[in-house]
Amino acid sequence: MARKEITPTDEFVKGLWRDNPVFVQVLGMCPALAVSNTAMNALAMGLATTFVLLMSGLSVSLLRNLIPREARIVCYICIIATFVTSVDYLIMALSLELHRALGAFIALIVVNCLILGRAEAFASKHGPGRALLDGLGMGVGFTAALLFIGVVREILGSGAVFGVPLFPDGFQTWTIMVLPSGGFFAMAVWLLLANRIRQKQEDAEKRAARAGT
Amino acid sequence: MIAPQEVRQTTAWEMYRSIVGIGAFCALVIVIVFQGTAARIHDNQERFLAAAIADVLPVAERTVAIAIGGDGSLVAVDNVSQLPAFLAYDGSGALAGAAVAGEGMGYQDVIRVLYAYSFEKKSIVGFKILESKETPGLGDRVEVEPHFLASFEALDATLDAGGRGLANPIVTVKQGEKTAPWQIDGITGATITSEAIGNILNSSAGIWVPVLERDAESVGARGAEE
Repeated sequence: MARKEITPTDEFVKGLWRDNPVFVQVLGMCPALAVSNTAMNALAMGLATTFVLLMSGLSVSLLRNLIPREARIVCYICIIATFVTSVDYLIMALSLELHRALGAFIALIVVNCLILGRAEAFASKHGPGRALLDGLGMGVGFTAALLFIGVVREILGSGAVFGVPLFPDGFQTWTIMVLPSGGFFAMAVWLLLANRIRQKQEDAEKRAARAGT
Repeated sequence: MIAPQEVRQTTAWEMYRSIVGIGAFCALVIVIVFQGTAARIHDNQERFLAAAIADVLPVAERTVAIAIGGDGSLVAVDNVSQLPAFLAYDGSGALAGAAVAGEGMGYQDVIRVLYAYSFEKKSIVGFKILESKETPGLGDRVEVEPHFLASFEALDATLDAGGRGLANPIVTVKQGEKTAPWQIDGITGATITSEAIGNILNSSAGIWVPVLERDAESVGARGAEE
């Protein structure tokens, strides 16, 4: 059977659902659980990670023929750290309040295994165009997953979403949802939902294949 | 039998070239981004500090950055330090108070605060957290809990008879047990953080208030002459 050719669109789309970094690969759990206590923090962390994914993927792809195999990890980490430092400055220039809210987790993007993983598994083996599409897809998938978790935690933990109150004054907030343990609860519910949908999709594909034969 | 494929050994020059080259590329990127954002970051920091001063001392129209000099006297400075302090003047040019930054260890990390001292009331009359990484939902309630913040409407910081220290140490007491004007009404569930705030204010005010009471008028007069 002829192998299906992977189109540039596939490179982008795979990060959104099929290979979603959070709900499928379960990567980058530290920021996904720690910084998703509000929707705004989740969005900011997702966008910062997307920027680093894009720029490090592009740089690794462009420089891949100059980086020796033995020194590739140190070179990738150096490139990733550079763009994390850059995004740190950019967020400080954008909003000090946002920078304070994200705290140490901006610097910790350096050790997010999602970014090193994409540099090693994809960008170092493909051209800049595909590396950019892969980084963008993974970044958007990561941001969306963080946002899903952040919205649930903020609604239940603070009675608001993006700082806009949703409930009357008497609403008793679930403080545990803005604590790290709340991140695990929200994550578990979303993982359950994502796996359920994926299982249904696979069953439907199997039924369609059987009907076809 | 398949012969093992020969793997080409990377030479020392290739290693050196790639690592130094990547390092130079990374340094260049960081310098460009730093240069491009430095002015904006500086403006943001100044705006954030100005907003914090306006929060703790709403009557302040003009501020003068101050520091404690090597001889222990109050001096006006041009550049603010990591823990800045300011004399604040109202619209008529009268000394309205002082805004002083202090820091100390909280539950998670260092907490930096800005508080306002009123010369008229001999009290701390405003308080704002500048930097905190306290636990969301617990320790960070020190920024929003109304009964805790009410303690800073007039927190007594009167000097002792000699004018060398506070007459009564500023302390945080258990929630609902505040009986004296120098006590801070603590927060149940944020005990360590609210106690840390009390400690920060006590140690910072213990140093600053005697100097402010002694020298603030003369620094203000010198500033007006200049």
